[in-house]
Amino acid sequence: MNLLNISGSPHVHSDESTKKIMWRVNLAMAPMLLCGIAYFGLNALLISLVSVACCCLFQWLIEKYLLKVPTTVCDGSAVVTGLLLAFNVPATADMIWLVAIGALVAIGVGKMTFGGLGKNPFNPALVGRVFMLISFPVQMTTWPTVGKWFPMSLDTTTGATPLGIFKESGLSDMPGLMDAFLGHVGGSFGEVSAIAILIGAIYLLWRKVISWHIPVAFIGTAFIFSGILWLVNPEQFLNPVMTIFTGGIMLGACFMATDMVTSPMSKTAQLIFGFGCGLLTIIIRNWGAYPEGVSFAILLMNSITPLLNRWCKPARFAC
Amino acid sequence: MKTFKMGGVHPEENKISTQAAIEVMPLPKQVVVLMNQHLGAPATPIVAKGDKVKVGQMIAEAQTFMCANIHSPVSGTVSKIEPCKDFVGLPKNAIYIDVEGDEWLESIDRTPDIKRECTLEPKEIVAKLKEMGIVGLGGATFPAHIKYSIPEGKKAEYLIINAAECEPYLTSDYRVMLEHPEEVCIGASILRKALGVPNAYIGIETNKPDAIKLMTETAKKYDGIIIEPLKVKYPQGAEKQLINAITGRKVPSGKLPIDVGCVVSNLGTAFAVYEAIQKNKPLIENILTVTGKKLPSQHNYQCRIGITYNDIIKHALGELPETTGKVISGGTMMGKAISNLDAPTTKGASSVLVMDEDEARRNPETNCIRCGKCMHACPMGLEPYLFSALVKNKRVEEAKEHNILDCIECGCCYFSCPANKPLTDEIRLGKNMVRAWMASQKK
Repeated sequence: MNLLNISGSPHVHSDESTKKIMWRVNLAMAPMLLCGIAYFGLNALLISLVSVACCCLFQWLIEKYLLKVPTTVCDGSAVVTGLLLAFNVPATADMIWLVAIGALVAIGVGKMTFGGLGKNPFNPALVGRVFMLISFPVQMTTWPTVGKWFPMSLDTTTGATPLGIFKESGLSDMPGLMDAFLGHVGGSFGEVSAIAILIGAIYLLWRKVISWHIPVAFIGTAFIFSGILWLVNPEQFLNPVMTIFTGGIMLGACFMATDMVTSPMSKTAQLIFGFGCGLLTIIIRNWGAYPEGVSFAILLMNSITPLLNRWCKPARFAC
Repeated sequence: MKTFKMGGVHPEENKISTQAAIEVMPLPKQVVVLMNQHLGAPATPIVAKGDKVKVGQMIAEAQTFMCANIHSPVSGTVSKIEPCKDFVGLPKNAIYIDVEGDEWLESIDRTPDIKRECTLEPKEIVAKLKEMGIVGLGGATFPAHIKYSIPEGKKAEYLIINAAECEPYLTSDYRVMLEHPEEVCIGASILRKALGVPNAYIGIETNKPDAIKLMTETAKKYDGIIIEPLKVKYPQGAEKQLINAITGRKVPSGKLPIDVGCVVSNLGTAFAVYEAIQKNKPLIENILTVTGKKLPSQHNYQCRIGITYNDIIKHALGELPETTGKVISGGTMMGKAISNLDAPTTKGASSVLVMDEDEARRNPETNCIRCGKCMHACPMGLEPYLFSALVKNKRVEEAKEHNILDCIECGCCYFSCPANKPLTDEIRLGKNMVRAWMASQKK
């Protein structure tokens, strides 16, 4: 007979793994990918493929040749970053090669410099996105318009996003609420369809990958804050319903602010985190230079996550 | 449905030996009785090499406060008194007895008749618990006579009998409830009398519906025995969690159950108390589950204490399956892995759990992704991920400030960790470091 194993208790494990969690997130993003392809066609598909492939490749190269550690590409986290990065860019032909640079920054600077998955203080996909937004402002704000279904041409007519329209010319030219809910508007190709994002978010809630605290606090704060502003001056400020269904609030609240690595752990801290994200988003949208502020809001809140973890301890037993 | 409020997990129950009625394990050729089978100081042998002993005869005496008497589980001749390695390999003083026949002390009532009346006064009950060497059978083996001597200024209000059996695989308490419901109720009544409390609450998880039904029926015949069905959640049977589930009270950090007016005993203890008080039978036997997913048969045994694990396995299974990876004494969540199968069982033993190689292997550890699952699973509201980092960096003082000593080592953190971090191991190490540091501060 073999020798017996010994170890401390417990002797069983729930079989939960990082890999399973990451692939669940990828599965949850499938509806958004399909929606993006339906509205923006070949461009959306190619951008996603290039982004995911580059993220995986860069992670593999860095782990093999720079860090000299066993590769962790299979855990699916690079795919999550790749998809999120792709979802956050406009579906134009330029982006097919530009997104590769974004992927290098996201994986190289945003993630691997800190030691890989779990050690990064900022959401890698947002680091890549903000880098591209600042470095390639023209390409990153040239938005394709939504025309027929499944457009196969790489050339696109361009237009503005709902938030861009509002910032430029006010309420008169805004698309309808239903278009915004289904995603039939201009914008980054993963963020346009609220319904696809909600399907993914419900799946993640059901599989307990995320909890409701961050999305609800984020979206709720944005809704209430923009609602107050709208009540004060409906001419100058966008109404709260359109506010939460346009731009990146849905995608940001459900998929990026909820990133386990860069968001706080206790429920109280998560509520504060979501509140901060919502508040900063509305401030940047209304008083900042950019029409959209979700990326910056989440990155700023990422930076205080360690403090939130320190301040908001879980309730101890009998205390 | 009652349960504790904070944290907890749902491990696979695997109660596969529920249908196996309790069998009597045949006597081995030799038993080894360890002198340290309880929490506290070892007992002192009062027999010498060559002495003849009978079943139930006291062979070692408690000479310090935190200690319990030990009785001979067999009849025969003391062959030697020398250290023996226990199941984790630590040498402990032991009395070896060669078995000859099965001759019991005359004072022990071996008839199956149920004796319901108990005329003893509370003080006499406690004295008899001490005499009979009763210890808590829930795992900690705390001497019962100390637990039931309520200190000055404290008052017991609740007696709680722990029949949650929340550990996966274990079925010994369940079998005792099905086969000896009257005895358990009488034992609980005796403990209730010893404490002078109005009610004894027996907490049973709802995954044992037939036990709840039978016990509820039986309890009707006795005053002040209340059956509390509990929602299935691990660690329901942990003392502080069970008190919280049944009474809603919370035992503060560093305090004992009696500080919130509660006394908790295991169901097995209640049964042992019945036998000791009503039948004059010292604690010389326990009920053991022999189980494992890959085993050809599942068993529950009534065994004499001091039989070796190898003897049990030989009788139950012939030999261990080829693919055995790990043998555990206790359940999968808090049981201890046995490194020495030649070691004898002790009063607190509850099972022999045989795990296959595949089950025995841990998955490789990866980076913490700060998901917070360990924190939300922790029934004590602690931060296991933080302890892991603090212990690795030997930041002992901070670990203490974050209340590492509150940890009950239930294993929920490791169980739920997607990165497979050995959190419970690290915390156990950290607790030892903190205790060592505190001792050095006192000097």
